[in-house]
Amino acid sequence: MLLALAATALVALALLSEELLPKLEEAWSRHRARRRRTPEISYDPGRERRAEQRARALLRSCVNDEEWGMYRDLGFIRVWGSRAEGPDNTGGTGGAPYAYLIYPHRAIVAYLAQTHRLLNEYCVAFPDDTRPYGSPRLPDSDDVLAKWMALTGDEHRLISTANMHLPGRQLDPVRVKRDLWRLSQWERARIRNAAGRAASEQIDAAPGP
Amino acid sequence: MKPGHGEVLIAEGDVELAPDEQRLIEEFHRQLDAGSWAAVPVTGPQGRRDSLMVRAFGDIPRDADRVIFFPRAAGGR
Repeated sequence: MLLALAATALVALALLSEELLPKLEEAWSRHRARRRRTPEISYDPGRERRAEQRARALLRSCVNDEEWGMYRDLGFIRVWGSRAEGPDNTGGTGGAPYAYLIYPHRAIVAYLAQTHRLLNEYCVAFPDDTRPYGSPRLPDSDDVLAKWMALTGDEHRLISTANMHLPGRQLDPVRVKRDLWRLSQWERARIRNAAGRAASEQIDAAPGP
Repeated sequence: MKPGHGEVLIAEGDVELAPDEQRLIEEFHRQLDAGSWAAVPVTGPQGRRDSLMVRAFGDIPRDADRVIFFPRAAGGR
């Protein structure tokens, strides 16, 4: 009985090999070709840090001093929206001023400036498909700069390219609300410091007794 | 802007010199054909910094000191 089963299995294998062998060879050659096309590039933290330093310098040279300070101290940048009907055509702002928070490699969050009501998340990426070092991701500060330039240069184009989601899909709304609170505190401190500096300059400039 | 790199100088020249301008135009088109977006950082009359997205070489202000190319935006997850 066993002998008969073994003989049948051998015959079946011989018949199937005609069909299977070319497919197996093709799959193997595809696998080898894939490995050849994507050489392994190891992650180099030094290289990434240098890239980020260059990206920060470029960002600083492009954005306003206030925005640079915001990014340095808080880790995000606020950009004011400029469209009368709001970020997209879904309505919702009623003409009220709105703004965006730009985080590195996270969604852009739109919110109403006065009430801090979150409007939408806009998921957008700037993938470099040439992957010069194996990854399509820009350094953090380059990602922020790309979003800043695209938003300030052509808000409609960027927002219509992005995937829109309700708040909370990628960023925790509690965290965003806390960031908005941190931003308001930061702005107050900045105004206080500027007023203090102006007062001390006046005192320095005043003629002595 | 390049992953793992940050800022990379692609080309430089004086647009008032014809050979330089031709080289810059060619490089500009090469970058856009490769799928990049281009923006020019600008400063408004009140000192406010902004940017200008450009789709043609003629859109670049003649006094611009740089054009920044970055990968085209795509909808993320």
